[in-house]
Amino acid sequence: MNKYINAPLIEDEIKDLSAGDYVYITGTIYTARDAAHKRMYEAIQKKEPLPMNLNNNIIYYMGPSPARDNRPIGSAGPTTASRMDKYTPVMLNLGLKGMIGKGKRSEEVKAAIVENGAVYFAAVGGAGALLSKSITKSEVIAYDDLGTEAIRKLEVENFPAIVVIDAQGNNLYEMVLK
Amino acid sequence: MRELNVEIITENIKEMCIEANHFLSDDMKSCLSKAVNSEKSELGKQVLDSLKENLQIAEKDMIPICQDTGMAVIFIQVGQEVHLVGGNIEDAINEGVRRGYVDGYLRKSVVKDPLIRENTKDNTPAVIHYEIVEGDSVTITVAPKGFGSENMSRIFMLKPADGIEGVKNAVITAVRDAGPNACPPMVIGVGIGGDFEKCAVLSKKALTRNLNEHSSIPYVKELEEELLNTINQLKIGPGGLGGTNTAFSVNIETYPTHIAGLPVAINTCCHVNRHVTRVI
Repeated sequence: MNKYINAPLIEDEIKDLSAGDYVYITGTIYTARDAAHKRMYEAIQKKEPLPMNLNNNIIYYMGPSPARDNRPIGSAGPTTASRMDKYTPVMLNLGLKGMIGKGKRSEEVKAAIVENGAVYFAAVGGAGALLSKSITKSEVIAYDDLGTEAIRKLEVENFPAIVVIDAQGNNLYEMVLK
Repeated sequence: MRELNVEIITENIKEMCIEANHFLSDDMKSCLSKAVNSEKSELGKQVLDSLKENLQIAEKDMIPICQDTGMAVIFIQVGQEVHLVGGNIEDAINEGVRRGYVDGYLRKSVVKDPLIRENTKDNTPAVIHYEIVEGDSVTITVAPKGFGSENMSRIFMLKPADGIEGVKNAVITAVRDAGPNACPPMVIGVGIGGDFEKCAVLSKKALTRNLNEHSSIPYVKELEEELLNTINQLKIGPGGLGGTNTAFSVNIETYPTHIAGLPVAINTCCHVNRHVTRVI
C-alpha cells in the first residue's frame, strides 16, 4: 500500500504503517552511519549532549558522494543497517522513531523497535542517483571531520522507502521467505 | 621491448574509475532489463524499475550509480615485452585512483589503518593484482567494489570428500546469509581450487567476466546454471523484499588444488557490478 508520511514522525502515523507498505517521506531527516553512531554512542555514555534531538526523528544510514554543480547532494543511497545495531537500542530509548537503511536487523533492535513504537524502513540499495533526486537540501550539522560520515540534516520530498519492520514487530524480510 | 610511460596508465585509471562508477556494462544492463520482464513479485518489479531509472539518471546527470563508489580493485596484466618507464607502477596506479576519485566527485571510502580508521581522503590505496603475461601490451581492469556486498563474502575450506554437493551448499549458504544485505539481484563470483588466497582472488576475478558467457568447462557451466536456478528460488528477490530475481548470474572460476583440499570462495556483488577493461 502506498502511504505519504511526514518527518519528524507522529506516533499515530507509525501505528498505521505495516511491513510491506511503500511510503513517501517528506520533511526533515538526519544522516548518520558507522563513525557518527560510535561518536553519538560515546556521548550518550558520557552524558554529553547529542548534535540533534532524537525525539520523533528519522535517521538515514547514508554517506553521500560529493555533490556536483550546485546540487544539494551527490549519490545518496542507504548503507547496511546491521552495522549500527550495537548502537541502535539506546538511541530508540532516547526517542528515535525511524531508521532508513537496508538489510537485516538484530533481535535486540527489533525488540527495541516494538518497545518504543518505532519503525525501520529500507530504501532501495544501490539506487543512490535516483534517491538523491528526493533530497532538496543538505547541511552538515556535526562531526564535519568525518567527511562522508558527518551528520547531515536533510530536507526530503516524497523520499521513497519500504516498511521492513513495523511497530508491531512484523519483519518483511522474514515474511517474504515463507 | 616496448617502452610505456606509467603516466599513461595513471590517466587511463583515472578515466576508468569515473566511467565504472557512472556507466554499467551492457551485459549488466541487459540482465536488469530481463529481470524487469520476468519478475513475479509486484514489490520486486517496483525495485527493479527503480534500479533501471537509477542507471539512466546516473548516466545523464553524472551522479554515481551508488554512493558507495567502492574500494578500487585493479587487475593489471603486464606483457613481459613491456618496459615501464617514468616512475613506480604502484604509485602511478594509486595516482590514477586519486585523480579519479577526487576529480570525479566519487566518495572517499578508504581508511588508512583497519583499526585506527582515519580516512585517507583520496580513496587510495587501491587493491592491486599484478600478473605478468606474454606480449607487449598492458591490460587493466578497474573494478570498484562496494562493501555492503563485500562484507557478505565467504571462504570455505572444504574437504575433497565434500565434493560438488559441498560446493553447492557453500554457495547457497553464502547467498542465503547475505540476503538483503548484499543488495540483490546479486552477481555471485565463485573461486574453486588453488589455496586460501588463490580461490579468493579467483572469486573476485569471476565478477569481471561477461555475464552472457559461461565457463568453457562443461561441468562448471552446468554448475553455474544449476546454482543460479536454485538461488532464484530462495525468494529473497530484488532488494531482499521478495521475488524471483535474487541473482543475475553465477560466475565460477577454477584452478588446480592440493590433494588434501577443496577451497571455495564466494565473492558476493550487488546489482552494481562495476568493471571497466582497457588494453594499452
